[in-house]
Amino acid sequence: MLEICCPFCGRRNESEFSYGGPAAMRRPERPEDLSAEDWVEYLTVPSNPLGPVLEHWWHARGCGAWITVRRDTGTHEIKPDSDDA
Amino acid sequence: MQRYSFFSLALNALSGHRNWRCAWRSPQLQKRYDVVVVGAGGHGLATAYYLARRHGITNVAVLERGWLGGGNVGRNTVTVRSNYLRDESLPFFTRSVKLFEGLTRELNFNLMHSNRSMIDVVQTYGKLRDLQRRQLIMDLYDSSYERISVEELRRRVPPLTGGGQGSRLPVLAAFAHRDASVNRHDAVAWGYARAADSLGVEIHENTKVTSISRDSSGKICGVETTRGSVRAGKVAIAVSGHTTTLTETVGLKLPLRTINLSAFVSEPVKPLIDVVVNCPDVGVYFSQSDKGELVIGGATDLGQSFRRDIKQTVFEDTVCALLELFPSFRNLKLLRQWGGHVDIAHDGSPIISKTEVPGLYVTAGWWGGYKAIPAGGEGFAHLVANDEPTRLIAPFGIDRFRNLDFIFESGTTTVR
Repeated sequence: MLEICCPFCGRRNESEFSYGGPAAMRRPERPEDLSAEDWVEYLTVPSNPLGPVLEHWWHARGCGAWITVRRDTGTHEIKPDSDDA
Repeated sequence: MQRYSFFSLALNALSGHRNWRCAWRSPQLQKRYDVVVVGAGGHGLATAYYLARRHGITNVAVLERGWLGGGNVGRNTVTVRSNYLRDESLPFFTRSVKLFEGLTRELNFNLMHSNRSMIDVVQTYGKLRDLQRRQLIMDLYDSSYERISVEELRRRVPPLTGGGQGSRLPVLAAFAHRDASVNRHDAVAWGYARAADSLGVEIHENTKVTSISRDSSGKICGVETTRGSVRAGKVAIAVSGHTTTLTETVGLKLPLRTINLSAFVSEPVKPLIDVVVNCPDVGVYFSQSDKGELVIGGATDLGQSFRRDIKQTVFEDTVCALLELFPSFRNLKLLRQWGGHVDIAHDGSPIISKTEVPGLYVTAGWWGGYKAIPAGGEGFAHLVANDEPTRLIAPFGIDRFRNLDFIFESGTTTVR
Protein backbone atom coordinates (compact mmCIF):
# COMPACT_ATOMS: atom_id res chain seq x y z
CA MET A 1 0.00 0.00 0.00
CA LEU A 2 1.36 3.40 -0.92
CA GLU A 3 1.43 6.20 1.58
CA ILE A 4 0.79 9.45 -0.22
CA CYS A 5 1.49 12.76 1.43
CA CYS A 6 -1.43 15.18 1.04
CA PRO A 7 -0.45 18.81 1.71
CA PHE A 8 -3.59 19.30 3.82
CA CYS A 9 -4.08 15.92 5.52
CA GLY A 10 -0.51 14.57 5.84
CA ARG A 11 0.48 10.98 5.05
CA ARG A 12 -2.56 8.94 4.08
CA ASN A 13 -3.18 5.45 2.71
CA GLU A 14 -3.40 4.94 -1.04
CA SER A 15 -6.95 3.57 -0.62
CA GLU A 16 -8.16 7.12 0.04
CA PHE A 17 -6.89 8.27 -3.36
CA SER A 18 -7.91 7.83 -6.97
CA TYR A 19 -5.22 7.66 -9.63
CA GLY A 20 -5.27 10.66 -11.94
CA GLY A 21 -2.88 9.64 -14.69
CA PRO A 22 0.60 10.76 -15.67
CA ALA A 23 1.42 14.40 -14.93
CA ALA A 24 4.43 15.06 -17.06
CA MET A 25 2.58 15.38 -20.36
CA ARG A 26 2.25 19.02 -21.28
CA ARG A 27 -0.11 19.93 -24.09
CA PRO A 28 1.91 21.67 -26.81
CA GLU A 29 1.37 25.43 -26.80
CA ARG A 30 0.62 25.56 -30.53
CA PRO A 31 -0.62 22.16 -31.76
CA GLU A 32 -1.16 23.55 -35.25
CA ASP A 33 2.62 24.01 -35.59
CA LEU A 34 3.33 20.36 -34.85
CA SER A 35 3.91 17.71 -37.50
CA ALA A 36 1.38 14.86 -37.60
CA GLU A 37 3.99 12.48 -36.16
CA ASP A 38 4.74 14.75 -33.20
CA TRP A 39 1.06 15.25 -32.48
CA VAL A 40 0.35 11.50 -32.55
CA GLU A 41 3.33 10.96 -30.30
CA TYR A 42 1.96 13.49 -27.81
CA LEU A 43 -1.43 11.74 -27.92
CA THR A 44 -0.28 8.13 -27.62
CA VAL A 45 3.26 7.78 -26.26
CA PRO A 46 3.57 8.15 -22.49
CA SER A 47 6.81 8.38 -20.59
CA ASN A 48 7.43 4.83 -19.30
CA PRO A 49 10.61 4.95 -17.22
CA LEU A 50 11.93 2.29 -14.89
CA GLY A 51 12.47 4.97 -12.27
CA PRO A 52 10.77 8.18 -11.14
CA VAL A 53 7.53 9.16 -12.86
CA LEU A 54 5.30 12.18 -12.23
CA GLU A 55 1.64 11.45 -11.65
CA HIS A 56 -1.59 13.01 -10.40
CA TRP A 57 -3.52 11.56 -7.48
CA TRP A 58 -6.91 12.78 -6.29
CA HIS A 59 -7.62 12.65 -2.56
CA ALA A 60 -11.17 11.56 -3.39
CA ARG A 61 -12.02 9.95 -0.06
CA GLY A 62 -10.31 12.74 1.88
CA CYS A 63 -10.09 16.48 1.35
CA GLY A 64 -10.62 16.35 -2.42
CA ALA A 65 -7.27 17.91 -3.34
CA TRP A 66 -5.47 17.06 -6.59
CA ILE A 67 -1.79 16.54 -5.95
CA THR A 68 1.28 15.71 -8.02
CA VAL A 69 3.73 13.14 -6.73
CA ARG A 70 7.00 11.75 -8.01
CA ARG A 71 6.90 7.96 -7.57
CA ASP A 72 9.54 5.43 -8.52
CA THR A 73 8.05 2.67 -10.74
CA GLY A 74 10.70 0.22 -9.55
CA THR A 75 10.55 0.81 -5.78
CA HIS A 76 7.25 2.71 -5.18
CA GLU A 77 9.29 5.32 -3.29
CA ILE A 78 7.38 8.60 -3.27
CA LYS A 79 9.08 11.94 -3.17
CA PRO A 80 7.15 15.21 -2.98
CA ASP A 81 7.33 17.08 -6.21
CA SER A 82 8.51 20.63 -5.77
CA ASP A 83 8.93 21.92 -9.31
CA ASP A 84 5.70 20.58 -10.86
CA ALA A 85 3.10 20.77 -8.08
CA MET B 1 15.33 -34.95 -29.00
CA GLN B 2 14.46 -37.75 -26.62
CA ARG B 3 10.79 -38.39 -27.33
CA TYR B 4 8.44 -38.71 -24.38
CA SER B 5 5.97 -41.57 -24.48
CA PHE B 6 4.51 -44.24 -22.25
CA PHE B 7 7.25 -46.55 -23.49
CA SER B 8 10.08 -44.10 -22.64
CA LEU B 9 8.53 -43.53 -19.22
CA ALA B 10 8.38 -47.28 -18.53
CA LEU B 11 11.94 -47.80 -19.81
CA ASN B 12 13.33 -45.03 -17.62
CA ALA B 13 11.38 -46.29 -14.63
CA LEU B 14 13.33 -49.56 -14.92
CA SER B 15 16.61 -47.65 -14.54
CA GLY B 16 15.31 -45.59 -11.63
CA HIS B 17 14.84 -42.45 -13.76
CA ARG B 18 18.61 -41.81 -13.72
CA ASN B 19 19.06 -41.75 -17.50
CA TRP B 20 16.74 -38.94 -18.64
CA ARG B 21 18.55 -36.48 -20.86
CA CYS B 22 18.39 -32.72 -20.34
CA ALA B 23 15.41 -31.23 -22.15
CA TRP B 24 17.60 -28.60 -23.80
CA ARG B 25 21.33 -27.95 -24.16
CA SER B 26 23.43 -25.29 -22.44
CA PRO B 27 25.70 -24.29 -25.33
CA GLN B 28 28.49 -21.70 -25.44
CA LEU B 29 27.35 -18.21 -26.35
CA GLN B 30 28.53 -17.50 -29.91
CA LYS B 31 29.58 -14.13 -31.30
CA ARG B 32 27.08 -14.09 -34.16
CA TYR B 33 23.59 -15.40 -34.97
CA ASP B 34 21.11 -14.79 -37.77
CA VAL B 35 18.39 -13.79 -35.31
CA VAL B 36 18.54 -12.85 -31.63
CA VAL B 37 15.27 -13.24 -29.72
CA VAL B 38 15.32 -11.27 -26.46
CA GLY B 39 13.29 -12.95 -23.72
CA ALA B 40 12.82 -16.69 -23.08
CA GLY B 41 9.19 -16.40 -22.10
CA GLY B 42 6.18 -17.81 -23.89
CA HIS B 43 6.26 -15.45 -26.86
CA GLY B 44 10.07 -15.50 -27.26
CA LEU B 45 10.34 -19.28 -27.15
CA ALA B 46 7.32 -19.80 -29.41
CA THR B 47 8.82 -17.33 -31.89
CA ALA B 48 12.14 -19.18 -31.88
CA TYR B 49 10.36 -22.51 -32.36
CA TYR B 50 8.28 -21.33 -35.32
CA LEU B 51 11.31 -19.59 -36.87
CA ALA B 52 13.09 -22.95 -36.90
CA ARG B 53 10.09 -25.17 -37.67
CA ARG B 54 8.23 -23.15 -40.28
CA HIS B 55 10.93 -20.92 -41.77
CA GLY B 56 14.10 -23.02 -41.49
CA ILE B 57 15.96 -20.29 -39.57
CA THR B 58 17.84 -22.26 -36.94
CA ASN B 59 20.86 -20.05 -36.23
CA VAL B 60 18.87 -18.34 -33.49
CA ALA B 61 19.76 -17.38 -29.92
CA VAL B 62 17.12 -16.75 -27.29
CA LEU B 63 18.65 -14.52 -24.60
CA GLU B 64 17.03 -14.47 -21.17
CA ARG B 65 18.12 -12.30 -18.27
CA GLY B 66 16.75 -14.63 -15.59
CA TRP B 67 15.70 -18.22 -15.95
CA LEU B 68 13.63 -19.79 -18.70
CA GLY B 69 9.93 -19.24 -18.13
CA GLY B 70 10.46 -17.08 -15.02
CA GLY B 71 8.75 -14.00 -16.42
CA ASN B 72 5.13 -13.48 -17.31
CA VAL B 73 4.70 -17.00 -18.73
CA GLY B 74 5.08 -18.13 -15.10
CA ARG B 75 3.11 -15.19 -13.67
CA ASN B 76 -0.39 -15.47 -15.10
CA THR B 77 -3.61 -17.38 -14.54
CA VAL B 78 -3.27 -19.80 -17.51
CA THR B 79 -6.64 -18.97 -19.05
CA VAL B 80 -6.90 -19.62 -22.79
CA ARG B 81 -9.99 -18.10 -24.44
CA SER B 82 -11.20 -16.14 -27.44
CA ASN B 83 -14.14 -14.06 -26.18
CA TYR B 84 -12.96 -10.81 -27.71
CA LEU B 85 -14.83 -7.93 -29.31
CA ARG B 86 -13.04 -6.57 -32.37
CA ASP B 87 -12.92 -7.85 -35.93
CA GLU B 88 -9.11 -7.71 -35.77
CA SER B 89 -8.79 -9.57 -32.44
CA LEU B 90 -11.26 -12.41 -32.86
CA PRO B 91 -9.64 -14.29 -35.80
CA PHE B 92 -6.25 -13.98 -34.10
CA PHE B 93 -7.40 -15.36 -30.75
CA THR B 94 -9.55 -18.14 -32.23
CA ARG B 95 -6.39 -19.19 -34.13
CA SER B 96 -4.44 -19.22 -30.86
CA VAL B 97 -7.06 -21.35 -29.10
CA LYS B 98 -6.95 -23.81 -32.03
CA LEU B 99 -3.13 -24.00 -31.97
CA PHE B 100 -3.14 -24.61 -28.21
CA GLU B 101 -5.43 -27.63 -28.68
CA GLY B 102 -2.90 -29.40 -30.91
CA LEU B 103 0.22 -28.24 -29.09
CA THR B 104 0.73 -31.19 -26.73
CA ARG B 105 1.05 -33.51 -29.73
CA GLU B 106 3.11 -31.09 -31.84
CA LEU B 107 5.65 -30.40 -29.08
CA ASN B 108 5.58 -33.95 -27.66
CA PHE B 109 5.17 -32.36 -24.24
CA ASN B 110 2.11 -32.82 -22.03
CA LEU B 111 0.69 -29.33 -21.51
CA MET B 112 -2.11 -30.81 -19.33
CA HIS B 113 -4.45 -28.87 -21.56
CA SER B 114 -7.92 -29.00 -20.08
CA ASN B 115 -10.85 -27.67 -22.03
CA ARG B 116 -13.46 -26.04 -19.81
CA SER B 117 -16.05 -23.36 -20.25
CA MET B 118 -15.56 -19.84 -19.07
CA ILE B 119 -18.62 -18.24 -17.53
CA ASP B 120 -19.03 -14.47 -17.35
CA VAL B 121 -21.33 -13.44 -14.51
CA VAL B 122 -23.33 -10.30 -15.32
CA GLN B 123 -24.50 -7.97 -12.53
CA THR B 124 -25.20 -4.68 -14.34
CA TYR B 125 -27.37 -3.84 -17.35
CA GLY B 126 -24.51 -2.00 -19.03
CA LYS B 127 -22.37 -5.14 -18.92
CA LEU B 128 -25.34 -7.19 -20.15
CA ARG B 129 -25.71 -5.03 -23.26
CA ASP B 130 -21.94 -5.10 -23.79
CA LEU B 131 -21.81 -8.89 -23.68
CA GLN B 132 -24.88 -9.29 -25.88
CA ARG B 133 -23.09 -7.21 -28.47
CA ARG B 134 -19.97 -9.30 -28.04
CA GLN B 135 -22.01 -12.48 -28.51
CA LEU B 136 -23.31 -11.26 -31.87
CA ILE B 137 -19.80 -10.43 -33.07
CA MET B 138 -18.32 -13.68 -31.78
CA ASP B 139 -21.00 -15.61 -33.66
CA LEU B 140 -19.55 -14.22 -36.88
CA TYR B 141 -16.11 -15.59 -36.03
CA ASP B 142 -17.00 -19.07 -34.85
CA SER B 143 -16.21 -18.36 -31.22
CA SER B 144 -18.86 -19.74 -28.90
CA TYR B 145 -20.72 -17.46 -26.53
CA GLU B 146 -24.19 -18.24 -25.26
CA ARG B 147 -26.39 -16.63 -22.68
CA ILE B 148 -27.46 -18.85 -19.81
CA SER B 149 -30.04 -18.22 -17.09
CA VAL B 150 -29.24 -17.43 -13.49
CA GLU B 151 -30.61 -20.87 -12.46
CA GLU B 152 -28.30 -22.58 -14.95
CA LEU B 153 -25.41 -20.44 -13.71
CA ARG B 154 -26.01 -21.42 -10.07
CA ARG B 155 -26.30 -25.08 -11.08
CA ARG B 156 -22.97 -24.98 -12.89
CA VAL B 157 -21.19 -22.87 -10.27
CA PRO B 158 -22.47 -24.25 -6.94
CA PRO B 159 -20.41 -22.01 -4.58
CA LEU B 160 -21.97 -18.90 -6.17
CA THR B 161 -24.47 -18.23 -3.38
CA GLY B 162 -24.13 -14.43 -3.19
CA GLY B 163 -25.58 -11.90 -5.61
CA GLY B 164 -29.22 -12.77 -4.79
CA GLN B 165 -32.22 -10.44 -4.79
CA GLY B 166 -31.66 -7.64 -2.30
CA SER B 167 -27.87 -7.76 -2.58
CA ARG B 168 -25.84 -4.78 -3.78
CA LEU B 169 -25.50 -6.15 -7.32
CA PRO B 170 -27.93 -9.02 -7.98
CA VAL B 171 -26.82 -11.48 -10.66
CA LEU B 172 -28.80 -10.77 -13.85
CA ALA B 173 -27.53 -13.34 -16.32
CA ALA B 174 -24.41 -15.15 -17.46
CA PHE B 175 -22.62 -16.00 -20.68
CA ALA B 176 -20.80 -19.28 -21.31
CA HIS B 177 -17.75 -19.40 -23.59
CA ARG B 178 -17.21 -23.08 -24.47
CA ASP B 179 -13.80 -22.66 -26.15
CA ALA B 180 -11.88 -21.69 -23.02
CA SER B 181 -9.29 -23.89 -21.38
CA VAL B 182 -6.52 -23.94 -18.83
CA ASN B 183 -3.17 -25.70 -19.02
CA ARG B 184 0.22 -25.83 -17.36
CA HIS B 185 2.28 -22.68 -17.85
CA ASP B 186 5.68 -24.28 -17.17
CA ALA B 187 4.93 -26.98 -19.72
CA VAL B 188 4.20 -24.36 -22.39
CA ALA B 189 7.58 -22.69 -21.79
CA TRP B 190 9.48 -25.95 -21.45
CA GLY B 191 7.71 -27.61 -24.37
CA TYR B 192 8.53 -24.78 -26.76
CA ALA B 193 12.10 -24.54 -25.39
CA ARG B 194 12.75 -28.25 -25.84
CA ALA B 195 11.26 -28.36 -29.33
CA ALA B 196 13.13 -25.22 -30.44
CA ASP B 197 16.39 -26.52 -28.98
CA SER B 198 16.04 -29.82 -30.85
CA LEU B 199 15.81 -27.84 -34.10
CA GLY B 200 19.09 -26.04 -33.36
CA VAL B 201 17.95 -22.92 -31.51
CA GLU B 202 20.23 -21.92 -28.64
CA ILE B 203 18.75 -20.77 -25.33
CA HIS B 204 20.97 -18.71 -23.04
CA GLU B 205 19.72 -18.00 -19.54
CA ASN B 206 21.32 -15.45 -17.19
CA THR B 207 22.21 -13.35 -20.21
CA LYS B 208 20.72 -9.91 -19.75
CA VAL B 209 20.46 -7.73 -22.83
CA THR B 210 21.46 -4.24 -21.73
CA SER B 211 21.13 -2.39 -25.02
CA ILE B 212 20.57 -2.81 -28.72
CA SER B 213 23.27 -1.83 -31.23
CA ARG B 214 22.95 -0.11 -34.60
CA ASP B 215 25.63 0.17 -37.25
CA SER B 216 26.66 3.39 -39.01
CA SER B 217 23.80 3.08 -41.51
CA GLY B 218 21.28 2.85 -38.67
CA LYS B 219 20.54 -0.83 -39.17
CA ILE B 220 20.42 -3.25 -36.26
CA CYS B 221 23.73 -5.08 -35.84
CA GLY B 222 23.28 -6.91 -32.54
CA VAL B 223 22.86 -6.53 -28.81
CA GLU B 224 25.07 -5.81 -25.83
CA THR B 225 24.64 -8.29 -22.98
CA THR B 226 26.08 -8.87 -19.53
CA ARG B 227 28.14 -11.63 -21.20
CA GLY B 228 29.49 -9.50 -24.03
CA SER B 229 28.39 -8.39 -27.48
CA VAL B 230 26.32 -10.62 -29.73
CA ARG B 231 26.03 -9.76 -33.45
CA ALA B 232 22.83 -10.36 -35.38
CA GLY B 233 21.14 -8.76 -38.36
CA LYS B 234 17.71 -9.19 -36.82
CA VAL B 235 16.69 -8.63 -33.20
CA ALA B 236 13.24 -9.68 -32.03
CA ILE B 237 12.09 -8.27 -28.70
CA ALA B 238 9.64 -10.24 -26.54
CA VAL B 239 10.21 -8.88 -23.04
CA SER B 240 6.76 -7.66 -21.87
CA GLY B 241 7.14 -4.83 -19.33
CA HIS B 242 10.72 -3.98 -20.25
CA THR B 243 10.00 -3.38 -23.95
CA THR B 244 10.36 0.39 -23.76
CA THR B 245 13.44 0.10 -21.52
CA LEU B 246 15.15 -1.77 -24.37
CA THR B 247 13.79 0.07 -27.40
CA GLU B 248 14.71 3.42 -25.89
CA THR B 249 18.38 2.37 -26.13
CA VAL B 250 18.00 2.91 -29.89
CA GLY B 251 15.79 5.96 -29.49
CA LEU B 252 12.56 4.16 -30.40
CA LYS B 253 9.52 5.36 -28.42
CA LEU B 254 6.50 3.09 -28.23
CA PRO B 255 2.93 3.81 -27.03
CA LEU B 256 3.27 1.44 -24.05
CA ARG B 257 2.81 1.77 -20.31
CA THR B 258 4.11 -0.86 -17.90
CA ILE B 259 1.60 -1.88 -15.26
CA ASN B 260 1.62 -4.51 -12.54
CA LEU B 261 -1.00 -7.28 -12.70
CA SER B 262 -1.22 -9.69 -9.79
CA ALA B 263 -2.88 -12.95 -8.80
CA PHE B 264 -2.92 -15.39 -5.91
CA VAL B 265 -3.90 -18.97 -5.06
CA SER B 266 -5.76 -20.60 -2.19
CA GLU B 267 -4.91 -23.80 -0.38
CA PRO B 268 -5.89 -26.91 -2.38
CA VAL B 269 -9.44 -28.13 -1.83
CA LYS B 270 -11.50 -30.97 -3.31
CA PRO B 271 -12.96 -30.52 -6.81
CA LEU B 272 -15.40 -27.67 -6.45
CA ILE B 273 -15.73 -25.98 -9.77
CA ASP B 274 -14.96 -27.12 -13.34
CA VAL B 275 -15.30 -23.83 -15.21
CA VAL B 276 -13.39 -20.54 -15.28
CA VAL B 277 -15.61 -18.00 -13.51
CA ASN B 278 -15.27 -14.32 -14.39
CA CYS B 279 -17.18 -11.61 -12.52
CA PRO B 280 -16.35 -8.38 -14.37
CA ASP B 281 -18.80 -6.17 -12.48
CA VAL B 282 -17.12 -6.76 -9.13
CA GLY B 283 -13.64 -7.37 -10.58
CA VAL B 284 -12.51 -10.91 -9.87
CA TYR B 285 -12.06 -14.17 -11.78
CA PHE B 286 -10.82 -17.62 -10.81
CA SER B 287 -10.51 -21.25 -11.80
CA GLN B 288 -9.53 -24.39 -9.93
CA SER B 289 -6.20 -25.95 -10.84
CA ASP B 290 -5.57 -29.67 -11.17
CA LYS B 291 -3.94 -29.55 -7.74
CA GLY B 292 -7.17 -28.16 -6.28
CA GLU B 293 -6.00 -24.62 -5.62
CA LEU B 294 -8.25 -21.76 -6.60
CA VAL B 295 -6.27 -19.48 -8.93
CA ILE B 296 -7.67 -15.97 -8.38
CA GLY B 297 -7.00 -12.76 -10.26
CA GLY B 298 -8.25 -9.20 -10.13
CA ALA B 299 -7.57 -5.81 -11.63
CA THR B 300 -4.25 -4.14 -12.38
CA ASP B 301 -2.51 -1.72 -10.02
CA LEU B 302 -3.23 1.96 -10.44
CA GLY B 303 -0.41 3.73 -12.23
CA GLN B 304 2.76 2.43 -13.82
CA SER B 305 4.86 -0.15 -12.02
CA PHE B 306 7.67 -2.59 -12.73
CA ARG B 307 7.31 -4.18 -9.29
CA ARG B 308 6.00 -7.68 -10.09
CA ASP B 309 4.45 -7.98 -6.62
CA ILE B 310 0.96 -7.60 -5.18
CA LYS B 311 -0.35 -4.47 -3.52
CA GLN B 312 -2.39 -4.77 -0.35
CA THR B 313 -5.13 -2.52 -1.82
CA VAL B 314 -5.49 -4.67 -4.94
CA PHE B 315 -5.43 -7.84 -2.87
CA GLU B 316 -8.14 -6.57 -0.48
CA ASP B 317 -10.37 -5.32 -3.30
CA THR B 318 -10.12 -8.67 -5.10
CA VAL B 319 -10.85 -10.70 -1.96
CA CYS B 320 -13.82 -8.45 -1.06
CA ALA B 321 -15.25 -8.91 -4.56
CA LEU B 322 -14.77 -12.66 -4.34
CA LEU B 323 -16.46 -12.99 -0.95
CA GLU B 324 -19.42 -10.88 -2.05
CA LEU B 325 -20.39 -13.58 -4.57
CA PHE B 326 -18.77 -16.64 -2.96
CA PRO B 327 -19.23 -16.15 0.81
CA SER B 328 -18.19 -19.73 1.64
CA PHE B 329 -14.66 -18.94 0.43
CA ARG B 330 -14.04 -16.90 3.59
CA ASN B 331 -12.78 -20.11 5.18
CA LEU B 332 -10.09 -20.60 2.54
CA LYS B 333 -6.49 -19.87 3.37
CA LEU B 334 -4.48 -18.12 0.69
CA LEU B 335 -1.08 -19.60 -0.03
CA ARG B 336 0.89 -17.62 -2.59
CA GLN B 337 0.66 -14.43 -4.58
CA TRP B 338 2.58 -13.00 -7.53
CA GLY B 339 2.62 -10.14 -9.99
CA GLY B 340 3.84 -9.61 -13.51
CA HIS B 341 4.57 -6.40 -15.36
CA VAL B 342 2.42 -6.11 -18.45
CA ASP B 343 2.95 -3.42 -21.04
CA ILE B 344 -0.32 -1.94 -22.16
CA ALA B 345 -0.60 -0.16 -25.48
CA HIS B 346 -2.57 3.03 -25.91
CA ASP B 347 -5.56 1.14 -27.36
CA GLY B 348 -5.28 -2.04 -25.27
CA SER B 349 -4.38 -4.23 -28.25
CA PRO B 350 -1.03 -5.92 -28.87
CA ILE B 351 1.78 -4.64 -31.08
CA ILE B 352 3.45 -7.23 -33.34
CA SER B 353 5.43 -5.16 -35.72
CA LYS B 354 8.47 -4.09 -37.61
CA THR B 355 9.84 -0.81 -36.36
CA GLU B 356 11.37 2.27 -37.94
CA VAL B 357 14.77 0.77 -37.06
CA PRO B 358 15.65 -1.74 -39.83
CA GLY B 359 16.14 -5.21 -38.36
CA LEU B 360 14.32 -4.51 -35.08
CA TYR B 361 11.02 -6.33 -34.44
CA VAL B 362 8.76 -5.98 -31.42
CA THR B 363 6.03 -8.13 -29.93
CA ALA B 364 4.53 -6.23 -27.01
CA GLY B 365 1.36 -4.93 -25.43
CA TRP B 366 0.36 -8.44 -24.37
CA TRP B 367 -2.06 -7.57 -21.66
CA GLY B 368 -3.25 -11.10 -21.03
CA GLY B 369 -0.81 -12.58 -23.50
CA TYR B 370 -0.68 -16.15 -22.24
CA LYS B 371 -3.57 -17.23 -24.47
CA ALA B 372 -1.82 -15.60 -27.43
CA ILE B 373 1.49 -17.47 -27.17
CA PRO B 374 1.04 -19.92 -30.11
CA ALA B 375 -0.56 -17.49 -32.56
CA GLY B 376 1.66 -14.62 -31.39
CA GLY B 377 4.80 -16.71 -31.85
CA GLU B 378 3.59 -18.03 -35.20
CA GLY B 379 2.82 -14.55 -36.53
CA PHE B 380 5.93 -12.91 -35.09
CA ALA B 381 8.20 -15.63 -36.54
CA HIS B 382 6.66 -15.08 -39.97
CA LEU B 383 7.23 -11.34 -39.64
CA VAL B 384 10.87 -11.75 -38.58
CA ALA B 385 11.57 -14.32 -41.31
CA ASN B 386 9.86 -12.57 -44.23
CA ASP B 387 9.71 -8.93 -43.15
CA GLU B 388 5.98 -9.10 -43.93
CA PRO B 389 3.17 -9.74 -41.45
CA THR B 390 0.62 -12.51 -41.86
CA ARG B 391 -2.98 -11.56 -42.49
CA LEU B 392 -3.81 -12.29 -38.82
CA ILE B 393 -1.20 -9.97 -37.31
CA ALA B 394 -1.22 -7.27 -39.97
CA PRO B 395 -3.75 -5.10 -38.05
CA PHE B 396 -1.43 -5.03 -35.01
CA GLY B 397 1.41 -3.02 -36.57
CA ILE B 398 2.82 0.14 -34.99
CA ASP B 399 1.57 2.14 -37.98
CA ARG B 400 -1.96 1.97 -36.65
CA PHE B 401 -1.12 4.64 -34.09
CA ARG B 402 0.28 6.98 -36.72
CA ASN B 403 -2.95 6.59 -38.71
CA LEU B 404 -5.11 6.84 -35.56
CA ASP B 405 -6.41 3.42 -36.55
CA PHE B 406 -6.82 2.22 -32.97
CA ILE B 407 -8.18 -1.21 -32.05
CA PHE B 408 -9.82 -0.40 -28.74
CA GLU B 409 -10.30 -3.82 -27.22
CA SER B 410 -12.43 -4.32 -24.14
CA GLY B 411 -11.91 -8.08 -24.11
CA THR B 412 -8.21 -7.86 -23.33
CA THR B 413 -8.14 -8.62 -19.62
CA THR B 414 -10.37 -11.10 -17.98
CA VAL B 415 -11.68 -8.48 -15.57
CA ARG B 416 -12.76 -5.71 -17.84
